[in-house]
Amino acid sequence: MLKTINCTVNGRAMELQVDVRESLLDMLRNRLHLTGTKQGCGVGECGACAVLIDGETLDSCIYLAVWADGKDIVSIEGLTGADGSLSDLQQNFVDKGAVQCGFCTPGFVVSATALLEKNPNPSKDEIRRGLSGNLCRCTGYQKILDAVESTADQRRNK
Amino acid sequence: MYQINGYFEASTIKEAIDYLAGNENSQVIAGGTDVLIKTRERKSGYTDKDLVGIMRIPELKGINLDDDGNILIGSTTTFTEVEEDEIILRNIPSLSAACGSVGGPQIRNIGTIGGNVANGATSADSASTLFAMDAVICLEGPEGKREMPIKEFYLGPGKVAMNKGELMTQIKILKENFMCFKGHYIKFSQRKAMDIATLGCSIMVKTTGNKIDELKVAYGVAGPTPIRATEAEAMAKGMEITAENLDLIGEKCLENASARDSWRASKAFRQQLIRELPKRAIKIALGGGE
Ligand code: FES
Ligand code: FES
Repeated sequence: MLKTINCTVNGRAMELQVDVRESLLDMLRNRLHLTGTKQGCGVGECGACAVLIDGETLDSCIYLAVWADGKDIVSIEGLTGADGSLSDLQQNFVDKGAVQCGFCTPGFVVSATALLEKNPNPSKDEIRRGLSGNLCRCTGYQKILDAVESTADQRRNK
Repeated sequence: MYQINGYFEASTIKEAIDYLAGNENSQVIAGGTDVLIKTRERKSGYTDKDLVGIMRIPELKGINLDDDGNILIGSTTTFTEVEEDEIILRNIPSLSAACGSVGGPQIRNIGTIGGNVANGATSADSASTLFAMDAVICLEGPEGKREMPIKEFYLGPGKVAMNKGELMTQIKILKENFMCFKGHYIKFSQRKAMDIATLGCSIMVKTTGNKIDELKVAYGVAGPTPIRATEAEAMAKGMEITAENLDLIGEKCLENASARDSWRASKAFRQQLIRELPKRAIKIALGGGE
């Protein structure tokens, strides 16, 4: 069964035909070819598929595509500048060595973006809590936490 | 792709009820953090369904005080919304804490308190606190509206007293069940996030001086459904708050519990938690800290 939805993806308004069985993750990857968003577990455990929906971080693997109707969706591709330059947070992920295999990174960047938006001065514990829905098999997390913390510091001192 | 037959987005309560009552194959879906997982796992009864979305029904959302000072929580209010709500924080902070202990941010941003209760799990983080506050479940169906105490709502593991075509609209917390009470929720789990409680304990306590006027102790995962430790509650009335009495209360709590072995923890370990957690929760609720 197909349904027509209207939504904004990374700033672009669009009308799409989606299957009711489709997840938002399927829609982003397979219809829009936005493959920055990853599928890890597919059941809301790992956060690799996190995207911003109306500014909140959500797991797109357990979000039906039809629910995107009327929503403002931002995937990892929408966080970089129009010229492809990295956001300050992404740059800090690079500088702090918070990326190893990189599979979890889009989800972490998305969740951390939402976290800093909501709470520009998070404590260490608040950062941990804000990222607790994202798993990483490589980094041991510390460098990811460092990247988020320095982003908050830099933004404060700007 | 999910193995779903169809999807209907309801925009009013009536639309949802009409669809649910008129379609044998229908299944309500709110935030989807439970239903979609079960569909993904192809759990029997959760595939090839005609899903009815209820997240866009305005009457089901939000938290309000009614004219009598009771708290009304719309069933599709998300965990994040409950956790951060002013009315909840001011009057029943233990429910804020309980909702804040669910999963991780992504789950809390879309999972709903109504779904947490409607799926009938004993481990539901919000359920023990709602039990401790004798919450009232408000349902609406083709035959009209009805209300029932939460302890009658839970029939067994995964089983709740909702008829075909019925929708949970609100969770009501009566003023008399939170005014003058102090509460605290402890989720005991192996990880700080993204975990299911090994045992959950929520208490509400009313005191005069150093005496307990009223105590309510509720548990998740101490039985097939959330439970209240009614024996201990009766005994606690009028008791002086001393270390010995708290021990007696903790011991007595076992009388209503039927903890089991699971891979998460043994029965004996859960029993120890059943004894221990209410003591800690009472002390923290009364400002003793731990
Ligand atoms: S792929 Fe969505 S949470 Fe893991
Ligand atoms: S960098 Fe490999 S999973 Fe996180």
